[in-house]
Amino acid sequence: MRVAIASGKGGTGKTTVATNLAWVAAQQEKSVVYLDCDVEEPNGQIFLKPIADWRKPVTVAVPKVDPVVCDLCGQCGDICQFSAIVCVGQKVLVFPELCHSCGGCDLVCPLSAITEVPRGIATVMAGHTGSIRYFQGLLNIGEAMSPPVIRAVKAEAPEAELVIVDAPPGTACPVVEAVRGCDHVLLVTEPTPFGLHDLELALETVQSLEIPCEVVINRAGLNGSATEEFCRRKGVEVVAEFPDSRRVAEAYSRGELASEGDPEIRDLFRSLLTHIEDST
Amino acid sequence: MKQLVVISGKGGTGKTSLVASFASLAERAVLADCDVDAADLHLVVQSSLVSRNDFWGGKRALIDSDRCTDCGICEDLCRFDAIRSDSSTFSVDPITCEGCGVCAWFCAEDAIDLVNTIDGEWYLSETRLGPMVHARLKAAGENSGKLVSLLRTEAREAARNRNIDLVIIDGAPGIGCPVIASITGADLVLVVTEPTLSGLHDLERVIRLTKHFGVPAMIVVNRYDINQKIAMQAEKHAQKLGAGLVGRVRYDPAVTQAQIQGLSVVEHSSNGAAADITEVWENLQRAFIEEELSVSEG
Repeated sequence: MRVAIASGKGGTGKTTVATNLAWVAAQQEKSVVYLDCDVEEPNGQIFLKPIADWRKPVTVAVPKVDPVVCDLCGQCGDICQFSAIVCVGQKVLVFPELCHSCGGCDLVCPLSAITEVPRGIATVMAGHTGSIRYFQGLLNIGEAMSPPVIRAVKAEAPEAELVIVDAPPGTACPVVEAVRGCDHVLLVTEPTPFGLHDLELALETVQSLEIPCEVVINRAGLNGSATEEFCRRKGVEVVAEFPDSRRVAEAYSRGELASEGDPEIRDLFRSLLTHIEDST
Repeated sequence: MKQLVVISGKGGTGKTSLVASFASLAERAVLADCDVDAADLHLVVQSSLVSRNDFWGGKRALIDSDRCTDCGICEDLCRFDAIRSDSSTFSVDPITCEGCGVCAWFCAEDAIDLVNTIDGEWYLSETRLGPMVHARLKAAGENSGKLVSLLRTEAREAARNRNIDLVIIDGAPGIGCPVIASITGADLVLVVTEPTLSGLHDLERVIRLTKHFGVPAMIVVNRYDINQKIAMQAEKHAQKLGAGLVGRVRYDPAVTQAQIQGLSVVEHSSNGAAADITEVWENLQRAFIEEELSVSEG
């Protein structure tokens, strides 16, 4: 079973939910794989503290032009929709960071003057922590495109009883890449106007992908019941509510798993886990 | 004209609450909400729409089933698995399609068109705190970086038209394409961080990003009293990376209360976090003036 933890708004508690769920599942001796797909800012490791045992660069294919063979016909520039390759004067210029690796220039070149070469944009790392197998992607600083890195993390993941995908915030292509192919999505929100507004956007995104989803309310009790009412109206179940607590916030600040030190929080995560298992 | 960008690396550190307060404290400024896939600034500033515009983001392939002979070349060539074939009828999954046009180029029957698509909307609004440009990217939308660039151009245009010399940009979390698009060419980036190990980790990466693109950066530590030890660590570390401290803002439930009431923190109260934010704003202005001096001296 593959469960994605997503949110719309950042900082609502995705990583808290994802890491604690992984931890309580591992305590029950289930096989758990954790995929940190927030490759711009992966934080799962801070809480799960995996021992790294494997890493591999993530590369994308970019064109390399052989100037001896090239006759400057310009077709590569014509097919490229991203201005990543252009023929100007006596030269073909390549802008690797704009390239989407579609392979069009290579296919279209009548003289086969173009070859595709790998360009590193990130690293995938794996490790273990107890019985949890941990994977994360880490986008190189200055690189714009995270979807290929998210794809690479997901491609490395072995099957397990529980695969947890910690998704990036937002509602755009990185989130889509992370949650695609998951059996289930948990949307973590906080009961504030910002939280509710972004929940609505995130819900729209997940529903457009036709993946079943449910809502987790973090820092519950901040602002009445607007979030619960919204979920009822949309027919989405609220499956867990975690109280707003300075103690939990402080534990988080130190990189501690709330479930480990707090039996009440642990019970909440155990019943959330049971609920997810029963519903899939 | 000055462009101040507020970003954070980690989400939920308080970017939007700070931007709304800065807008209240600035005499005149244009606001640009560049967190285009989860834009929230309009919830605080209650905007009234001046114009609504389509955002033509990218292109998508479209197969004309009348001309398609089901040869399957498009499916073979597409690297994004965006071509769907059910019982030998081919179609394009608009969410997966990157708009690269390879299928259209190589279709032997000329049955595939590359069409411009609307990936969202952008708006110009008036608010009690000044003009604002903002946007709504379509659910599961693409081209957020392009939309951010468009918003920044429109914000500068709005500022020029009104003789306003400050643009305040609310950025997205992370370090990817919308963030890069929001900081390039800006005058100052303010990184909002929180004193948690996650915040510390993300702070380092986002400061390195600003250095990578050569944009001056400073930091503000929000909710610093949640963990003063990590707060100090963050400040020291940022300083080492070349981003000085503008100020600290204490943890204050009034920040959430202000949001619930649709007010900026400094409109909602004048002590606690509001006082801290006011001080941060004053320090920021000083930083701008100092930067100007160093530019004119240099």
